[in-house]
Amino acid sequence: MESLKAEGVEHIFGIPGGANLPTYDALVDAQLRHIQVRHEQGGGHAAEGYAKASGRVGVAFATSGPGATNLVTAIADAMMDSVPTVFVTGQVRTELIGTDGFQEADILGATLPFVKHSFQATDPRQIPEYVHEAFHIAPTGRPGPVLIDIPQDLSRAEIEYAPRTEPVDLAGYKPSTGGNVKQIRIAAKALANARRPVLYTGGGVVNANASEELRELAGADRFPVTSTVMGLGAFPASHQQWLGMLGMHGTRAANYAMDEADLIVAIGARFDDRITGKLSEFAPAAKFIHIDIDPAEISKNIPVHIPIVGDAKQVLPKLTREYRALQTDPSRLDAWRKQIHAWQEEYPLHYEPGEDGEIKPQFMIEAMHRATEGDAIVTSDVGQHQMWAAQYYGFDRPRRWINSGGLGTMGFGLPAAMGAKIACPGEAVVCLAGDGSLIMNCQELATCVNEEIPVKVFLMNNGYMGMVRQWQELFWDRRYSAVEMGPSPDWVKLAEAFGATGMRCEDAADLEEMMAKALETDGPVLLDVRVSPEENCFPMIPAGAAARDMVG
Amino acid sequence: MCSVVGVMMEAGTPELVKLEELRVPGQLSGRKHILSILVENKPGVLARIAGLFARRGFNIDTLAVGPTDDPDISRVTLTLDGAVHPIGQVTKQLHKLINVLKIRDMEPEETVAREMAMFKVSSAVENRAEIIQFAEIFRAKIIDVSRRTMTIEVTGSAEKIEAFERMIRPHGLIEMVRTGEIAIVRGSA
Repeated sequence: MESLKAEGVEHIFGIPGGANLPTYDALVDAQLRHIQVRHEQGGGHAAEGYAKASGRVGVAFATSGPGATNLVTAIADAMMDSVPTVFVTGQVRTELIGTDGFQEADILGATLPFVKHSFQATDPRQIPEYVHEAFHIAPTGRPGPVLIDIPQDLSRAEIEYAPRTEPVDLAGYKPSTGGNVKQIRIAAKALANARRPVLYTGGGVVNANASEELRELAGADRFPVTSTVMGLGAFPASHQQWLGMLGMHGTRAANYAMDEADLIVAIGARFDDRITGKLSEFAPAAKFIHIDIDPAEISKNIPVHIPIVGDAKQVLPKLTREYRALQTDPSRLDAWRKQIHAWQEEYPLHYEPGEDGEIKPQFMIEAMHRATEGDAIVTSDVGQHQMWAAQYYGFDRPRRWINSGGLGTMGFGLPAAMGAKIACPGEAVVCLAGDGSLIMNCQELATCVNEEIPVKVFLMNNGYMGMVRQWQELFWDRRYSAVEMGPSPDWVKLAEAFGATGMRCEDAADLEEMMAKALETDGPVLLDVRVSPEENCFPMIPAGAAARDMVG
Repeated sequence: MCSVVGVMMEAGTPELVKLEELRVPGQLSGRKHILSILVENKPGVLARIAGLFARRGFNIDTLAVGPTDDPDISRVTLTLDGAVHPIGQVTKQLHKLINVLKIRDMEPEETVAREMAMFKVSSAVENRAEIIQFAEIFRAKIIDVSRRTMTIEVTGSAEKIEAFERMIRPHGLIEMVRTGEIAIVRGSA
């Protein structure tokens, strides 16, 4: 506990149980706020939301066995989205390990494929050491989850804690951050020779807190910028050079620009299949510069011509300086800018407005933008609503958009919003939920009420698991299978049962006002918004297709 | 950094990198690779390495693990096929494991590699002499004899062991045990 405090931990999300009783006993006297969640998965996602909103390490506790296995989804999620988190699980007593003891699960083994690192203590004196190492590993380099598994007898032992005086130094962990100067110079020269360049940015820019540096680079020659769903907000959506998101539900301008680019500068992005579509037809005319903190991402999916391993915050200013020194002729990009502008004019995001008070989901996002003045911290679940928010909300600042991009975890939004609200109590935190997703972790409404975490849940309720329904409609001959959500639950009553405020909106004319009211209402609020049930999220690159084959 | 910029400016119009001349190096080497990996001697390290290979679809051909001169450090020697696996990606993924300290992709011409194998062969009286002769040619050792079998120990490169196997198989190979290759860099000069 002392070592956690020494690492500056102020908030912990978790649930006690037999195997972590000693840790919870120590919590009674610790000057830390523990948020008692209602399911360990919720605690894990809350720790992620906390980390994503603040950039600080999120911490979650769980007991052994089912407590620990309930964390697994959150740990995998944190791995996929590079979220700095430390998970501390209780384990059965040392002498019971391997005997299939009560509430024993090999959580270390279970999570090996998706932890950045993990520890199992075998001696109580290791515990503070492991805590410090975990807090060194989780946020540095490419951030990620670290698990510490502590057998009950060890967390019970009394040990002398001497505050650590020296920084952690691990022989097998030395992330390189500066970027190779020669490579950066070659990259600048390539960029100077490009006629159709695109900056393709991802969550790495957010993690590196390199928005400012990205804007500097983009401003060096008014380069067009697009981003993955993880990187939204790192470059302002209201900016003239913004192309919109790219990939499966990206804008046509962004995807066509990638398709015709001659040089793509990937920054903290990893050429995920939702971005590339059909690999062999991805950006066929382009050469690639890839800037990433994780060397293993370079040439993993796409062979890269100019790799630069480093932290975007350190590399981008160097690249900008080198590029500016070349004093290129900006007019060489005029034709490219004109082409992009033409795509933007011809293919803006659009939808058919609703009639007779019908609430179109896209309209709901626009209303949410107005009601929150475009500056709330928005968490989301996974599905159509997530993509519509990514398309229509227009994030202007980093760490305002918190979603599960890599693992695509339904049920992420509400607990993540709790974590974000704890991290940023002065900000408006809205959970944009889907009805298929929200039910998966709706128990956390109890946490919001009991722990007084006033998050506002705007539920985009279309009565379906909408994205799956959309795929069944488009690619499976409209044979709907297990996607209808049915009449249960009554969300307003559910919110009220938990002690939160429940509201419902069924008319587009009332929506913005009701959202404003929800935002003004004290405490947690759930606003059930009934949107068009069978609206599809477009445009779209069908899975495995090429960018130029976008539909919708 | 500033001085670098200065040099470039003094040199006049900088030489540009032509996009059409940029190339990517091939990902597949097409040959067998021996990776010599130093790891911290901690529980679960081998599980992390094996799990990584399984998850990323990399296929280990041989694997040998043993202590080094430092009791805190173990050596994992593994071989894999560079014709199907991008070795650069394999080593980069391995490097992400915190317990992995150092990875050496052994250069074939600078490396001495050895493997040991034991062959249990059925040996009737009439072919016993021939088996002993093979063993002598391969500088192998007969380490166990029974009325119907003979066990032979062979040390050498993987190719030598495979050659011996081809010779001995027609005599009735009952069982074969191989260690997997270990390798060391040749001394310089």
